[in-house]
Amino acid sequence: MPKSKSAYSFAGKKEKLDTHIIVVWVDNEAGVLARVVGLFSGRGYNIESLAVAEIDPKLNISRITIVTTGTPQVIDQIKLQLKKLVPVHKVADFKREDKNVIFKEMALFKLVGNNGKIDKAIKACKKYNAVILDSTNKSKVVQITALRREIDTMAKNLRKFGLVSVSRTGAVAMTRGEKVFK
Amino acid sequence: MPKLFSGAEIVFKCLEDQGVSHIFGYPGGAVLPIYDELKNHNSVKHILVRHEQGAGHAAEGYARSTGKPGVVLVTSGPGATNVVTALTDAYMDSVPLVCISGQVPTHLIGTDAFQECDTTGITRPCTKHNWLVKDINDLAEIMHKAFEVATTGRPGPVLVDIPKDIQFQKASYKKLKRKNKLNGASHNNFSQESINELINLMSKATKPIFYTGGGVINSGPKASELLRELVYTTGFPITTTLQGLGSFPGDDNQFLGMLGMHGTYEANNAMYECDLMINIGARFDDRITGKIDEFSPKSKKVHIDIDPSSINKNVKVDLAIVGDVKSVITSTLKTLKKSKPNFIKSNKQKTSKWWEKIQKWRSKRSLDYIGSEETIKPQYAIERLYELTKDKDTFITTEVGQHQMWAAQHYKFNKPNRWMTSGGLGTMGYGLPAAVGVQIAHPQKLVIDIAGEASVLMTMQEMSTAVQYSLPIKIFILNNEYMGMVRQWQELLHDKNYSESYTAALPDFVQMAEAYGCVGIRAKTPEELDDKIIEMLNTDRPVIFDCLVDKQENCFPMIPSGKPHNQMILGPKDKEQNKITGKGRTLV
Repeated sequence: MPKSKSAYSFAGKKEKLDTHIIVVWVDNEAGVLARVVGLFSGRGYNIESLAVAEIDPKLNISRITIVTTGTPQVIDQIKLQLKKLVPVHKVADFKREDKNVIFKEMALFKLVGNNGKIDKAIKACKKYNAVILDSTNKSKVVQITALRREIDTMAKNLRKFGLVSVSRTGAVAMTRGEKVFK
Repeated sequence: MPKLFSGAEIVFKCLEDQGVSHIFGYPGGAVLPIYDELKNHNSVKHILVRHEQGAGHAAEGYARSTGKPGVVLVTSGPGATNVVTALTDAYMDSVPLVCISGQVPTHLIGTDAFQECDTTGITRPCTKHNWLVKDINDLAEIMHKAFEVATTGRPGPVLVDIPKDIQFQKASYKKLKRKNKLNGASHNNFSQESINELINLMSKATKPIFYTGGGVINSGPKASELLRELVYTTGFPITTTLQGLGSFPGDDNQFLGMLGMHGTYEANNAMYECDLMINIGARFDDRITGKIDEFSPKSKKVHIDIDPSSINKNVKVDLAIVGDVKSVITSTLKTLKKSKPNFIKSNKQKTSKWWEKIQKWRSKRSLDYIGSEETIKPQYAIERLYELTKDKDTFITTEVGQHQMWAAQHYKFNKPNRWMTSGGLGTMGYGLPAAVGVQIAHPQKLVIDIAGEASVLMTMQEMSTAVQYSLPIKIFILNNEYMGMVRQWQELLHDKNYSESYTAALPDFVQMAEAYGCVGIRAKTPEELDDKIIEMLNTDRPVIFDCLVDKQENCFPMIPSGKPHNQMILGPKDKEQNKITGKGRTLV
C-alpha cells in the first residue's frame, strides 16, 4: 500500500457497474430539473441520457427518465437521495436487462447525397420504424426509434450513406402489461 | 373581503405563528421592507450581527441549544452569499435553519441588477429545499412549508428568497393549520419485527457496543433520557460521535468516550472487536470509520436512523431501522422489558469477558499527556476549565481544530444540547457566533467558546454583537500561534514542512477585547490558570481569554489515515509508542 499523505482514506475496491433506468415523477416547477441534475453532479453520479417532459398538466407532474450507471450501492443512494427532494413524488428503477420494461430512444438522421446512397440508408433504417419527415432531391430527414446501442450502430453505419447530422433524445421507459408503477 | 397584508407583514405573521422569538440578521437594500415592518412586531426580536455568516452560525447555536429552528434574515447578493457557509454547515450537521433572503424585484431578476445573485441556484446544494417566491399569494404557504421542511425528518436548513416587489405587494393571510406531526412521522413506520430482531441480536451478543450520534440529540431531550435507560438496562458499553456528546453522561462507567480519528483507545478498539454494533443516529462518517474495508470486521451491524439515505451509504448494515430515535428506543425498551425482563442479569455474565477487555484498553489511559509546570498544556487548560465549570449548567461551543478535539476529549458533558461544534463541515469561525446564539437563547447560563486563535479571528467581529446585546459569552482561546491541526498533520505527514501554518502577526487579544468594549484576560503559566479562569467566570461581561499554551503539543490518540480502528497511535506518554517512534512515524 502506498504511504498516505492525505487526511482521507484510500478509495476502496472497484465494484461492478450496472446500467439502470431511473424514472422520477416530479412537480413541474421552476428549478426542479436543476435539483435532480444537481444531485447527480454534486454526488458524482453518472447521467448517460436524460428525457423530461410534463405528463400531467392538470396535476402539474413531469416525468424525468435518467439512464445511469453505478454499483448497486450507488444506485440505491441515487434512489434514496432523489426521494428526499421535496418536489419528487416517486422514483422507479429498472435494470436495462429487464424484459418487462420497454426502453426507447428516438433519433433524427439527415442524409445528403445521391438517391442511390440515401435509399440504401433508408433501407437499413426500416427495422427501426423509419419515418421520412422531409424529402428533397438531394436530402432526406429520417426518424427512427430504437434502443441506444442500435442507434449508436446506425449512426456509425450510415456515415458512408451520406449521414451528415444526428439529433437524438434520451431514453424513455414504460413497463409492459397492465401494471402501473405506484 | 379579507384583510390584505403586505409581503413584509406576511413574513412576520408567519414568524409569529411559528413561535419565533429571535431572528439573526443584517439589513440591506433588498430586505428593507421587511426591516421596516420589524417595529410593529414586538414578539420577534432582531439580533444585528456584523457579518451574515455570523448570523447563520448564531442561528445554528440557537437551534442546537434549544431544539427550535434558528431564523436568519439577510439581503440579496453578498448578504445571501455570505450566509452560504453557515447553511452548508447546518446541512452537514442536520441543524434546522430557516433563512429568509431578499432578492431584487422580479422584473430585474436575470438582468445582473445591483446586488443580484442566483440565490436559489447557489444554495440549492446546501439546503434541504429552497424557494423563490414569485407570487405574493404563495408567500404564506411557502413560509410555513419552509418551517415544516426544516424541522421534520432529518432537520436541516431551508431558504426562502423574496424579491423586493413581493415584499410590498398585498395578499390575504391564511393562518397556519397546525398539523400534529411528529418529528419525521413520514419515516417513522418501522416494524415490530425489526425491533424483535434487534432484541434477538442483543441477547445473543457477547461483545456488543452502542455507537450513537447527533441523531439522538436531534430527536429531543427525551431521546437522551431513553438512551440512558437503554444503556443501563442492557449493561452494554457506549461510545458517541463528536455530535453525540452529551446524550450520555460523559463521566459514566459505561461510557467509553468519543470514537473516531481522535477518539479513545478503548472506544476504537471496542468498535473493531465487537460482535454487535448498534448505531443510533450516527452516519458512519469517514472520521469515524477509518479504513472502510477493515471497519469492525467481525460485527453484526444495526443502524437506527431517520434518514433512509444514511442506511448503507458508507457501511453495509445487517439490520436497518428507519425511524425517529425516540420512538425506536421506546419500542425497544418496551419489547425488551416484556420479552426479557431479566436481560441485565443474563447479560452480565455473557459480557463480563468483554468488559474485562475494555478495562484493559482503558488502562492505556489514551488521553493522558505529559504535564508541565512551565507552560500550560492545552489539555490541562480544558481539564481545569471543566473542573471549574462542571457544577454550572455550562454550554460549550468550539471552533475547529486541535482545541476542538481536546475539548471533546477532556470536557465531560452530562446533558444534551450543551455542546455545539461544527463537525461535518469543520467550519473555523463557527464557535464565537454560535456562542452568541446560545447566549441569546439562554441569557442566564454560562456560555463558553473553546477556541483556537486562528479560528476565532475568522469571525471575531461578532464580539461587537455580544457587546451590543450584553451577552456575557466567554471566548476561551487556546493560543499556540499555529493552525494547530494543520501543524500537526504537517509534522506527521509532510516532514515538518510547516507551510503557512504559523501566524507571524497575531493581535494582542487582551487589547483587542478592550477595543471591543469587553474584558481581556491572559494566562501564561499553569500556576495562575485557575485564578484567571475564576476571574473570567466572575466577570458578568463578554470576555476574551487568551490562554498561552504549549506550541508543539499534538492531539492524541489518533487513527492515521487509511488505517483501521485497531491501529491507533498513542501520545508520547505511552511507553510502547516511544519505543516505536521511528517506525510509527512512517506508518502515518
